[in-house]
Amino acid sequence: MPPVPIRVGLFVTCLVDLFRPSVGFAAVKLLEDAGCSVEVPAAQTCCGQPAYNSGDKADAKTIARQVIDAFDGFDYVVVPSGSCGGMIKQHYLELFADEPASYLRAQHLAKRTYELVSFLADVLKLERVEARYDGIATYHDSCSGLRELGVKQQPRKLLASVAGLSLRELPSAEICCGFGGTFCIKYPAISDRMVADKAADIVATGADTLLAGDMGCLLNMAGKLTRLGKAVRVRHVAEVLAGMAGETPPIGAARPERG
Amino acid sequence: MQPTSHAFKENARAALGNANLQKALTLMRSGFPERRAAAIARLPEFEALREEAKAIKNHVLEHLDFYLETFEQQVTARGGQVHWCRTPQEARETVLAICRRLDAKTVTKGKTMIAEEIALNDYLEENGVTPVETDLGEYIIQIRKEYPSHVIAPAIHLVKEQVAASFRATHTDLDPNRVLEEAPTLVAEARAVLRQKFLAADVGITGANFCIAETGSTIIVTNEGNGDLTQTLTKAHIVLASLEKLVPTLEDVSTILRVLARSATGQEFSTYTTVSTGPRRPEDTDGPGEFHVVFLDNGRSAMLGTEFQDMLRCIRCGACMNHCPVYATVGGHAYGWVYPGPMGAVLTPTLVGIGEAGHLPNASTFCGRCESVCPMKIPLPKMMRHWREREFEKQLSPAAYRYGLKLWAFFASHPPLYQAATALVTRLLGWVGGSRGRFRSLPLAQGWTQGRDMPAPEGRSFMSLWAERRKNGDAA
Repeated sequence: MPPVPIRVGLFVTCLVDLFRPSVGFAAVKLLEDAGCSVEVPAAQTCCGQPAYNSGDKADAKTIARQVIDAFDGFDYVVVPSGSCGGMIKQHYLELFADEPASYLRAQHLAKRTYELVSFLADVLKLERVEARYDGIATYHDSCSGLRELGVKQQPRKLLASVAGLSLRELPSAEICCGFGGTFCIKYPAISDRMVADKAADIVATGADTLLAGDMGCLLNMAGKLTRLGKAVRVRHVAEVLAGMAGETPPIGAARPERG
Repeated sequence: MQPTSHAFKENARAALGNANLQKALTLMRSGFPERRAAAIARLPEFEALREEAKAIKNHVLEHLDFYLETFEQQVTARGGQVHWCRTPQEARETVLAICRRLDAKTVTKGKTMIAEEIALNDYLEENGVTPVETDLGEYIIQIRKEYPSHVIAPAIHLVKEQVAASFRATHTDLDPNRVLEEAPTLVAEARAVLRQKFLAADVGITGANFCIAETGSTIIVTNEGNGDLTQTLTKAHIVLASLEKLVPTLEDVSTILRVLARSATGQEFSTYTTVSTGPRRPEDTDGPGEFHVVFLDNGRSAMLGTEFQDMLRCIRCGACMNHCPVYATVGGHAYGWVYPGPMGAVLTPTLVGIGEAGHLPNASTFCGRCESVCPMKIPLPKMMRHWREREFEKQLSPAAYRYGLKLWAFFASHPPLYQAATALVTRLLGWVGGSRGRFRSLPLAQGWTQGRDMPAPEGRSFMSLWAERRKNGDAA
């Protein structure tokens, strides 16, 4: 009798849902290949971070409760984003610090919630993936994943097992790209300068591919690189690890005409 | 000084277009972080020391009344005097009264952020007392009539050519053909000019990195030694301090000093650590005739017991601003008041009001690098978020932004409605984005698309595709 598979609830994140469903399917494939059964609760929208970081605690709580309800009962909750993962894993606890009943439920969820790549590497103990990607990639450590969740070596370890891929470190990998959620809306000029510096650093590595684990940062960096006319292919790390890069053009890149 | 924090956006725009500033910031960006990282790599117990340092300050904040009284008793017992000042005005008047009583014409000053906070130089000058800054960076900005852009490197926004030009314009009695293009020649000139000022000064004013309750001593750390001359040659030494500088014992100070310089400049220890205890005693060969400690509150005691109490652990090392990507892009003056960067984003609203300084806690990406390097482990992003909460409660954020947020939150808390909307929007944007795969401009996102493209959505929302896949899977 086969072992009972681990039941994973996938929190898709609003940016993957809107901009890059391929990342969601790549996450599903990686999890299923690793022996998990994956479900996507229908009652999910966003983790509530935009409200939380705008000082709107009431709406942040409403949305957090919705996530807590929707993801009740899974063995694990996996998120293809360090930012949304950090929100659920750390900030929900702060949000409900003075509401004991909700705090306990938030804590129960937080303990089971992981960012995708660290879940594969740290929880499932995945050592390698079966994937091929021909290129020289550089990797940007998204801030929340890095500093809130300790995601650093996990993507590098798994990328090392991708056939055809070599990784060239980005010297400024740990410096913010300037996305910052609502920051890029409120202070676009500063955000733009920050991502210009980041783009220059990326280009200077000579890599032909930029990978990261967060759609916000990826949209920001891809948007700057295409505006500058740089031919760097930008992708979410899950697409490469799942071997699904061939199925969709890079973020912000031209698409073959349909039909 | 009048804060211009409300004009942060305009200040930032000017900063982005200031070539000298951008050059100076580029030099700073790698220098401080690399030196700090190297210093910490050489000290395996650094993390343990951070915890210890944090615990010391937390303890003081829990027993502040006791330590303040103990400190005052010790200062008094050694012949000094403590002055309690609630407001900047009280502090300024206290300093001026001492200067007047001693008939002081000039005062030399070591580096003190409290003097900046109470705008002491302008006040002294208006009242006929000439202040002379003796820290090189402070001296430079004094002759340029500027204010510090960084808590430990006040003139870091300048390139050396600007400094040389200011020296030529001010030191007009010196040879106009002298070479001033390198740092050592600049330092030599400043030193020559300042030496005379030290000898002529009546009163010396310094800040305090620490006030030690056990002994009634104050401590400053410097790299230039200017603080020593400031306080030993004069009729009176006035120390400007704020409540959170208190530390129980000399032993505690030695713990915090081990994290201070490493976090600040990447030095293991600052060049000079100067302990000042009381006025000159009869058997001393030098020292000030009087010893005064002026304690400024200026809203700090009101932070106790609030969500901002942890900010009072700050030891002004500057590590947060040295590692802040926003500070590195716009520099310190954009923040519009005395304290820039992440620590300023938390402290400034306390001191000048959230109405004036509302931009500062918003102008952060919450990247968390400041908190990760803070030797006192102050949760800076969390406290900036607390300011945003207060702003939101008071409806101080822009109305359009608040309504937009409310509209989004309504959709986000109604999943079926939200998913119907996103299914539609992704199809629309994916179709409009077409084969280019990106937008060069987008209504409502012009701030973004001014300098970068907006990648187009792939064309379908994940949730709608997933629902289809389930349906087809079930049918199969």
